[in-house]
This record gives sequence, structure tokens and C-alpha cells, in this order.
Amino acid sequence: MSEFISLVVNGILIGGVYALVGLAIVVIYKSSSVFNFAVGDFVMWGGFVMWTFLVAFDLPIWASILFAVVVMAIIGLLTNRLLISPMAGQPLLAVVLLTLGLSYLLKGVHSAAWGPTWKAFPPLLPSGKLTLGSISFSADYMWCFIIAMVAFGIFSYLFQRTRMGLAMRATAEDHQLARSTGISVKTIFSATWILAALLCLVAGVLLGSVNNLGPQLADIGLKGFPVVLFGGLESVVGCIVGGIVVGVLENLGAAYLNPLVGGGIEEVVPFVVMLLVLMFKPYGLFGLKRIERL
Amino acid sequence: MGGLRLRIGDNDMLILNSVEVVYSNVILVLRGVSLQVPEGAIVSLLGANGAGKTTTLKSISGLLGTELGDVTHGNIEFDGQRIDRSEPEDIVKLGIVQVMEGRRQFGHLSVEENLRAGAYTRHNGASLKRDLDMVYGYFPRLKALRRATSGYCSGGEQQMLVIGRALMAHPKLILLDEPSLGLAPLLVEEIFGIVKNINEEEGTSVLLVEQNAMAALGIASYGYVMENGRVVLDGSAEKLRENEDIREFYLGLSQLGKRKSYREVKHYKRRKRWLG
Repeated sequence: MSEFISLVVNGILIGGVYALVGLAIVVIYKSSSVFNFAVGDFVMWGGFVMWTFLVAFDLPIWASILFAVVVMAIIGLLTNRLLISPMAGQPLLAVVLLTLGLSYLLKGVHSAAWGPTWKAFPPLLPSGKLTLGSISFSADYMWCFIIAMVAFGIFSYLFQRTRMGLAMRATAEDHQLARSTGISVKTIFSATWILAALLCLVAGVLLGSVNNLGPQLADIGLKGFPVVLFGGLESVVGCIVGGIVVGVLENLGAAYLNPLVGGGIEEVVPFVVMLLVLMFKPYGLFGLKRIERL
Repeated sequence: MGGLRLRIGDNDMLILNSVEVVYSNVILVLRGVSLQVPEGAIVSLLGANGAGKTTTLKSISGLLGTELGDVTHGNIEFDGQRIDRSEPEDIVKLGIVQVMEGRRQFGHLSVEENLRAGAYTRHNGASLKRDLDMVYGYFPRLKALRRATSGYCSGGEQQMLVIGRALMAHPKLILLDEPSLGLAPLLVEEIFGIVKNINEEEGTSVLLVEQNAMAALGIASYGYVMENGRVVLDGSAEKLRENEDIREFYLGLSQLGKRKSYREVKHYKRRKRWLG
């Protein structure tokens, strides 16, 4: 039993990071209805950009964070300005497929720049095992969760309490109406892409430091898909719930099903659950129900 | 055909000069509309469905661009500045806010968040509180509902909300599209009374599009009548209220006791076709 609880706790902890990836999808989807298929590659790039400053350039941690934030913000901004904005007025499917193309572009540039080899962060988070009664969990997972939740908190503050956040929520509801109140929808789209890129940076660094830093980080980033489809594409709260569910399921799957099928099941379980959720709740658990008053 | 044209001249804040609007490069909707809104006035734009009233408002507020519409001829001037090629958000900054038809609000935001969104163009945080109080002063009912999700408010409350949201931008001119749509007569009267108050106390000019000609001419000082994308009649509100055609077509009144003969009806039809 205590093993089960430990698995669940570890799943919850790593689920916090998946929630961040989910949030990066939701923030763009909410405002512009574009589903960003390149989110996994943003996560990978986040990890590698941070690694470049921290390890390759050997900068102190605060400077690395600063530069990584700037670089990722620029990548987010350029994506919107060069790829997404010019597609305004085109069918949504075309824009979504464009993000799929962007995903391959980012993968390609990544292997050209950093090569296919694995990199490692110096230990950023305290490692070791913590025990609480009979439950044991890794200290770095716990710090991951804490940092992820802080990032989530900062995002929620921006989204709920600031003028820019209000404009984002307004834009999410009605583009034409937002423009009629003087909100520049283009600026808001840029802001959401920057925000999403920064969330991916945090997720990439966290995932890269608990696992290792390699091209596979892009696939781990893809776990954002079941997260948002489980929680609902438009729901911020759904991200946390979805992230935790995915984290727990993959941990349990790895522990109990892997011995039966011979490994790798943790990669599959979240997507199987995603399929089941889509069959019974197509809008996810917390998907937006439109208010219709006639 | 234009009747007596009252040129007010110097204090015209908004001037439309034979504006022609085409949607999707093929559909000609406005065929040369000219009108003026003087500073501090309420001007009403009347007409049947499909006459081009809403398109006229959207050409002023710049929202045409969001619907593949284009001003192909003529020009629009506001405070001596051409605005027919400007983006909607820049036009809001100049001081024109359109209140769109159908009480469109951000349905999942609270009433107060809707109002705050209306003040987006103004960065000054300190005056926000004062402006909220100003709006709550005109619409006390909104104050009680400030935390309510606006999508669930009643039609009248939503109409008040969207007018209040427009006020939050400190506009010089509000383009008000069909505020009476789907509201009970008593509520229409209340809302038109508040619009009049706002006009008098804040000095905000209003260009009011309405099908309810009686209510609109009640608060407006001047009116234009549109048909098939053209202005076919204009004059002071009193003149329009007295006008036979207006009484017949828009106010549902005719000379007391007199039945219309078939020949006269045909005459009106002919006249309408000639105008169109």
C-alpha cells in the first residue's frame, strides 16, 4: 500500500510540470483557437537554451535564467509575428498544420545546433529521497512541483489581476468585440505566444533536470496533449487536474503494467486515457460550456 | 430629395463624405452616404433592415475590416482627421466607441471586468475607480451586479452594461446600434433617458441607429433616414416627426381617419424604387 501511495505522490509531483505544458497550450488556444503542436519542441528548446547559457557559456544561474527568458520570449514573439499573424483570416486548420511544420523546423534546427546527443544539467535541484512516514518520494520531484506551482501562481496572477490578463480573457471570448473596445488583438496574440514560450522554458528546465536533456524531451513535452484534452482545452484549472492525472497514471502504469508487457507502457497510458475521455466527454472535464441566452 | 439640409458647419465632429462600402470586393452595401454629427449632439440614423445603418457605423469604427468590408470611395473625418483607413483600436483611442448590436459583452467575465475591459485604452489606473463610480451612477443596477457573470444578466442589464463599457473609454462619440432591440417598451424608455442624460452631463455625442424611430427621434436633435445604402431624407428631429413618409413608414401613423387609397400606396412604392 505504501508503495502505491508513493507512486501516486511522485505522479502528482511530476504532474505539476505536465500541467505547465498543458497551460502553454491552453493560453494560446483560449485566445486564438490555435492548437500549438510545436509545444513539445518549445519545451525541448527551453531546456537546451537554458543549458547553453548555464553549461556551454558557463554563466551564473541568474544570468542564465535572464538570458534564457529573453531568448525564449523572442522565439515566442517571432513565431507569432512571422508564422501565425500572416495567416490571419486563413482557415484554422492551415494555421494548426503550420504549427506542426514549425515542430519539425524546431527539431531540425535543434539537431543542427546541439546535435543528437544527451546533455546534462549540473544538479539544479536538491536530489535524494525524502520520506514521510512510509511514503518516499524524490526531493527533486518535490522541488519541480513547487517551482511549477509558483509558475502557475504567477501566471494566474497575470491572467486574473492585470490589465493585460483581462485583455487576454476578453480576446479569448470575442475578437471583434475586443477590438471594438480598443484592445489590439495582435498584441494580445504576441503576448500569449511569449507567455506560452516562457511556460515551456520552465517546463523544459524542470523536465531536463529530473530526466536528462535530449531530443526525447520533445516527446515528453507532448504529454501536454492528454493533459489539456483531459482537463478541457479552455480550462486553466483543468490543466492542473489533467497534469496530475497524467503524472499519476504514467507512474502507476510503469510500476504495475510494465512487468506484464515488458516496458514502455508509461508512454502509452496517458494517451489511452485521453482516448477514453474524448469518447465520453469530448470537451474534457472542465471544457468551456458556452453561455447561450436566447 | 434630401429635404432641407441643415448644415451645422464648424462644430461637426464627424463627417462622412459620400462613403461607399463594398463587402468581399463584390457586395455594394453603402452607395455614397454623407452625414455629419455635430459636437455634443445626438443624431439618429433610421431605416429598415438592410438599409445599411450598421454598416455605416462599422465603417466609422473601423470594424468593417474584421468582416471583409472596405471603404472604396469617399472619406470619413473625425476631428479633422481621416479615419477610414485606421484600425479599430486606434479609432477607439481617438475617441469613438461603437456599442454593437445585440448587447454583445464578454459573457464569461463579470460585470465589473467587462467595464474594466472597456477602459483598456486608458492606462491611468487611478481614474478607473472614479469612472466605475460614474458608470454605476448612471446605472445603479450594475453596481449590485458587479460580481455577476455578465452572460447570465437580463437583456436590459446587458444593454446597460454595454453602454457603460463604452463610457469607460471616455469617448467623444458613441456609436449606439439598436439599443432597443428585444427590450420591453418601459425599459427602452429608461435606457434612452439615460443616454440623453449621459449626452447632457458628459457632453458625449451619440450617433444612434434605431428601428424604433419614435424613441430615437424623442432624444435626437437631428435625423437621417437610410434606404438601400443611401441617405434618402434628413432633417431636424421635429421636422422628421412631422414628415408624412416617416409617419407612414416608421412611426406607423397616418392622417387621422383617412384610409390610404391603393393609388397612393402605389405612388409610395414607385417613389421608393426611384430612391433605391
